[in-house]
Amino acid sequence: MEDYMKPTPLKTKYFTPGVIVIFAFATVGILFLLARLIFGLGAVTNLSNQYPWGIWIGIDVAAGVALAAGGFTTAALGHIMHKEEYHVIVRPALLTALLGYTFVAFSVAMDLGRWYYIWHPLIMWNGNSVLFEVGMCVMAYLTVLYIEFIPIVTERFIGRVNLPGFLSALNKPVDSLLRILDKTLDKTMFIFIIAGVVLSCLHQSSLGTLMVIAGPKMHPLWQTPILPLLFLLSAISVGFPMVIFESLITSKSFGLKPELKVLSNLGTMVAPLLGIYLAFKLGDMVIRQTFVYLNEFSVESVLFLIEIFFGIIIPLRIFLSPKLTKTRAGLFIGSALVIFGVLLNRINNFIIAYNPPYKFAAYFPSIGEILVTLGFVALEILLFRAFVMIFPIVSVPQPVASKTKFFIRGK
Amino acid sequence: MSKQTRRNFIKTAAVAGSVIAGLPQKAKAAPKNILSDDRMGVLVDTTVCVGCRKCEWACKTAHNMPTPPLETYDNRDVMKKMRRPDHTSLTVVNEYEFDDYPKFPIDVKVQCMHCDHPACVSACIVGAFSKEENGSVIWDTNKCIGCRYCMVACPFQIPAFEYHKAIQPEIKKCDFCFGRTSKGKLPACVEICPMEALTYGRRKDLIDIARRKIELYPDRYINHIYGETEVGGTAWLYLASRKFEDLQFPKLGNSPAPGVTEAIQHGIFAYFLPPIALYALLGGVMWINKNRKKSEEGEE
Repeated sequence: MEDYMKPTPLKTKYFTPGVIVIFAFATVGILFLLARLIFGLGAVTNLSNQYPWGIWIGIDVAAGVALAAGGFTTAALGHIMHKEEYHVIVRPALLTALLGYTFVAFSVAMDLGRWYYIWHPLIMWNGNSVLFEVGMCVMAYLTVLYIEFIPIVTERFIGRVNLPGFLSALNKPVDSLLRILDKTLDKTMFIFIIAGVVLSCLHQSSLGTLMVIAGPKMHPLWQTPILPLLFLLSAISVGFPMVIFESLITSKSFGLKPELKVLSNLGTMVAPLLGIYLAFKLGDMVIRQTFVYLNEFSVESVLFLIEIFFGIIIPLRIFLSPKLTKTRAGLFIGSALVIFGVLLNRINNFIIAYNPPYKFAAYFPSIGEILVTLGFVALEILLFRAFVMIFPIVSVPQPVASKTKFFIRGK
Repeated sequence: MSKQTRRNFIKTAAVAGSVIAGLPQKAKAAPKNILSDDRMGVLVDTTVCVGCRKCEWACKTAHNMPTPPLETYDNRDVMKKMRRPDHTSLTVVNEYEFDDYPKFPIDVKVQCMHCDHPACVSACIVGAFSKEENGSVIWDTNKCIGCRYCMVACPFQIPAFEYHKAIQPEIKKCDFCFGRTSKGKLPACVEICPMEALTYGRRKDLIDIARRKIELYPDRYINHIYGETEVGGTAWLYLASRKFEDLQFPKLGNSPAPGVTEAIQHGIFAYFLPPIALYALLGGVMWINKNRKKSEEGEE
């Protein structure tokens, strides 16, 4: 029998020199965040009445949501299309989405002037507001993600609950709770998996509708009524590259052999998705005749071209080549470029394209804003590392072929 | 009585309902966002304004904001720089000089335009903004979560935010003196204006007045009432002697400020049909794939 892959908690030392550097970044980010909470947004950020939204929205939230798209695209592939060979990547993708969205929610809260009112949209509804729709969808999807994660927790701890000290009295009740959860979810998980995909499609597209209301304030290269479609298409096309990218980094960092065959197969699916996205993006440009703006040499036109060339066309070429999609380097560079392209697209849409009529100074993120954003990324990496060491997420080859019922979730 | 029409019945029922609910609530229960023909507005004649900035002082006083004494407003040095309304002043007067008439600079009072179809009302995640029946667009501190999406949405770049407050920072903008006008008083700026550059009245009447002014003094005014049709109409209307772009008014189309977002939004969510259809479709695909897998395994 050939190697059989089973998700297993990874055993290794948590702190390495690299992890300590990342830890330092996280600490600095948290310190600036504390300053923001004590002294107000103005003390830490360069936000102004001209530029009300900065990189905390453009990168932490908008790009964060897009780059967490690996969660719903792999869920659709693994569970809805029922392609079992991809199940080795479903769990890492789920964890990335879970952490990604948790930090999106946290970033939103930290950007709110009145963060302690973040629950208001739950009871104060404005159906006309795109932001309301995005907010509700993200909250619902975050809940779904946590539910989807429960089977991993039950798998890890059923029969192994061992609480320290006086809490050990709770071992039995906790264990039976986990068993009940596991049993119920085993039968109902499909409801949540489909809901997760629907909710993702809804808010990924609505995220694009967000900036449409800025009207003439937004540069015509990006301002289009099909922005929701473009956001959805780009989110779908960045899903698999994100999974490939992470899988390669995780295997490198933990000294594992990358699942090259699965990743290559995943890679072959990227080109058609990128192609559709490119077609709509160029088609929109032709129909609205915004290519005239490419003639002028401006920050906007240059960044738009970089977004298209490096973010779509070059990776499209890489993923179209069967030879390159079989190599680790080809997969890594192609994926990194798609991720870069979508990241830049969200920054462009939310920050570069935003052009208020009355300007005193251009917006550039403050040191505090940049360090908080880096801190969030660092925290996410640290948590990812901790999670894959505690929970069975990353699949490793098993010598014994004992199939657990948890191997395929959501049956 | 037996021939009471349905409409009448509903009317009676509504009146009865509001009486039962208590009269003070009647105003609150009035339909929001329905434009009243009697809604008010202000006509700003920039050819009359002398830039005394008394309106700035009156506005601050009426809103209990700190302000230096009125005499200090005689200093015209502040006019050298373009200013925008912010959390310290809800209205500002800017001055524009032109080479052809250096002796007669043009002064333009800036504040919230109180759109008929405001982008802020449409955008606000918690519905903290509302268009009132009398024309004012006002903000509710009890709902606002400080997301600043209203600022992203506003085509006139008006709402300002208190960035240096950690707790209960507010969105600040002209509220059309809602507190004063609902008691029958004039907006503070209109009341104080010594030149009568500001005229408060029914928006309909103001447009008539503005048209007549343009007709009577074609040399004095350009033939354009700013705010009559811009972004679907605004409560504040402007007359000027030169093109409004020269006075830094944003060039805006005639479609309402929320633009196409509401159409897109309601399209994606029309009766929740698209999400439900997608859910059903995915469910179907999942079921088929699962069964196919099963039958394949069974055959093996």
